[in-house]
Amino acid sequence: MIQIVRLVAQRIALGLFTLLIVTLLIFLAVELLPGDFVDAILRQGRTQESVEVLRRQIGLDQPAYVRYFSWLTNAAQGDLGYSFSNERPVSDLIGNRLYNTFFLAGYAAAMAVPVALTFGILAALYRNSVFDRVVNITALSAISSPEFLAAYILIFVFSIQLGWLPSLAHIAIDTSLWESLKLLFLPAVTLTLVTVAHMMRMTRAAIINLMTSPYIEMALLKGVGPKRLILRHALPNALSPIVNVVAMNLAYLVVGVVVVEVVFVYPGLGQLLVDSVSKRDMPVVQAGCLVFAVTYIGLNLVADILSIITNPRLLNPS
Amino acid sequence: MKRSKDQNTVIPPNLRRRGFLKGVAGTAALGTLASAGWPVRAAWASPDSDTVRVGLGHGSTGDSLDPGTYFDAYMMFVGWGLRNNLTEIGQSGDLLPELAESWDMSTDAMKWTFNLRKGVEFHDGKSLTAQDVVASINHHRGDDSSSAARPLLSGVKDISVLNSHTVQIRLRTPNVEFAHMLSDFHLGIMPAVDGKADWRSGNGTGGYVLESFEPGERTMLRRNPNYWKKAAAHFEAADIRVIADHTARTNALMTGAVDIIDRADLQTIHLLKQNPDIQVEQVSGTQHYSIPMHANASPFSDNNVRLALKHGIDRQSIVDNILRGHGRPGNDHPIGVSNRHHSADLAQTSYDPDKAQYYLKKADMSGLDVNLSAADAAFRGAVDTAVLYQEHAKSAGININVEKEPNDGYWSNVWMKKPFSMCYWGGQPTEGWMFSTSYSANAPWNDMFWKHERFNTLLNNALAERDVEQRGELYGELQRIVRDEGSVVIPVFADHVFATSARVKHGELAANWELDGLKGLERWWFA
Repeated sequence: MIQIVRLVAQRIALGLFTLLIVTLLIFLAVELLPGDFVDAILRQGRTQESVEVLRRQIGLDQPAYVRYFSWLTNAAQGDLGYSFSNERPVSDLIGNRLYNTFFLAGYAAAMAVPVALTFGILAALYRNSVFDRVVNITALSAISSPEFLAAYILIFVFSIQLGWLPSLAHIAIDTSLWESLKLLFLPAVTLTLVTVAHMMRMTRAAIINLMTSPYIEMALLKGVGPKRLILRHALPNALSPIVNVVAMNLAYLVVGVVVVEVVFVYPGLGQLLVDSVSKRDMPVVQAGCLVFAVTYIGLNLVADILSIITNPRLLNPS
Repeated sequence: MKRSKDQNTVIPPNLRRRGFLKGVAGTAALGTLASAGWPVRAAWASPDSDTVRVGLGHGSTGDSLDPGTYFDAYMMFVGWGLRNNLTEIGQSGDLLPELAESWDMSTDAMKWTFNLRKGVEFHDGKSLTAQDVVASINHHRGDDSSSAARPLLSGVKDISVLNSHTVQIRLRTPNVEFAHMLSDFHLGIMPAVDGKADWRSGNGTGGYVLESFEPGERTMLRRNPNYWKKAAAHFEAADIRVIADHTARTNALMTGAVDIIDRADLQTIHLLKQNPDIQVEQVSGTQHYSIPMHANASPFSDNNVRLALKHGIDRQSIVDNILRGHGRPGNDHPIGVSNRHHSADLAQTSYDPDKAQYYLKKADMSGLDVNLSAADAAFRGAVDTAVLYQEHAKSAGININVEKEPNDGYWSNVWMKKPFSMCYWGGQPTEGWMFSTSYSANAPWNDMFWKHERFNTLLNNALAERDVEQRGELYGELQRIVRDEGSVVIPVFADHVFATSARVKHGELAANWELDGLKGLERWWFA
């Protein structure tokens, strides 16, 4: 147990260091983009005078390293600053969208993970059967088509043809949970379609991989039935790779859904980040990327810990 | 009103398979295409509500209530819900009094006095006074202003309060159209707080009160029960959303989730028109696409080269292929048919490869190689337009090399930087305003770097000319000069195309902007 605590502490420290590097990289990347916030915001309306005034107002006349370190010291104290474009606190801008993004990701995960695991296990159990093939082909076709295609087909069938579900997924603060679940059903299904295959195939492969090991053969010879064989003997040992691929997909559900946000007009973090990058709105870009980086690092940490708990051998790499 | 449940219409034959075969591009339009012909039931639509729901293609998370930052139709539409100007452009294109009840111009057109309407109140109950007007105008002036409207007001020398309801503005140069310019979308009147215009609150004298504002997402407005305009602002409330994806926007209208959309997708609009619950509106205004050439750079410094390029483009083909018929050929000057002094008898520049070659010869050239910078950030279809132009110009011995630029940063890195690039203009309600925005020698947006002495003299004369007829004649001559000697190709004027559900009603539609001069909130009503 103490080993696990030490490992977690180590990982968190490493995670913080990674975050620091991420902020620096993001800052440099946005600096390298042609044009700054002032050029982007004034667009066709720019004149020399208004450019200079706006630069001075925002502090863009300072050298880059000064801006980075002043941002960093403020952020370390929990002050994410104000958006360049509308002078709103970044925390306000991000707050609601962060909730939206996590809500949709959680909803999609609640659908995708059980479906993927169940079908993965069943496919392993009945491997090479017609069932296995149908499941595989369906999942692979779903992941091979772009998200917006799946989204448009779902909208076409369920919103336009049948009229059961709305094509705009707009939830407000006062939308009830039940109503939100209904509004977000199509986006969640879209995300499920594009994430299931990866998790399902990994589950299937991990289990099949174990099926040839001697201890499974032993269990078979002992007379264990197929259901118990997989759930009790094979699955616990296959959990480690499965947990890792699930974590990766959960991270994708948080950081990679901007296309789905656009098609369903859902106010999530992805759209905010795209807008902010195109406007070079540095404080918002930094904060958004921090959220994404924390998500990635956090989910990986959880996956590692779960892997170790299910497979203590990983604690002592020889 | 309920949507009809079964329209018994059939799938357009080209949809059965081709929609899929066209691959990604085809499927992107699938939702929209198919829906137009297929039965629609919308269980969640709430058409009985008195809230008007609007889906607009513009709007971004960086939007601000500061009118000095307004750039696209979203904030202009919201802004005119919240605030009024001193003057406004009416539905027929005439100048109407708004917060200014009347005005006087001195004989030299350099001193203007505006008499404000009495008894007008802001949303918070404060009365409108001359101080508010001065603060609002000064928001866009002075050394500390970062407003995009600064060049517009650069001709203002000073502005002063004569009494609580009278404002005087003195100009540096004569401008008989100054009252028109005060109708500009940046110049909404805000309340003065400590001498500064308060834009953060969204407080104004307009027909709607701000409920909530989520940039890039949604704005909620409620009817102003105390609105000073009679018989205006008829909707109980307004819910204005950003729906950037045109398929999503069309779907939202089809399924009854919104009542009004702007920028209808021209590729599928004929299918939208088949739906009896939807009306599609088309207005010819001043919006035009332009291809400026830097007159201070070779080879464009030679007017013969510019004329060759003007004769090397087939405008009708751009109207047919890019605008799908929703527009008209341009004549290389920025004055549209809805402008009062549009010169209709000016001969149309034609697509004539022989003539183009003749002008090239006059410029001592046997052929011409030019780079044309294009990105769809300039306007939707800009890259395709450039490619079509390339094809047209080939037969005139002009080789146009299309350089595809990134959308991101287009206005700061390409426009006004590359000598030959794509651009668009919304146009202006008056000729003098349009010409002084980007054609006069000292205009900051003279994206052609074009300096024409006679043009500038005549423009100044026109802006000082009090007689409308004579001014019209001068404007006619200015249009001719720009067509023959200007440094811009203006291939097309693009119509405003938008769509509403059938229960939205309106009178005559203004042509200065889309959605009835972007004042649909104030001018339209539910049946």
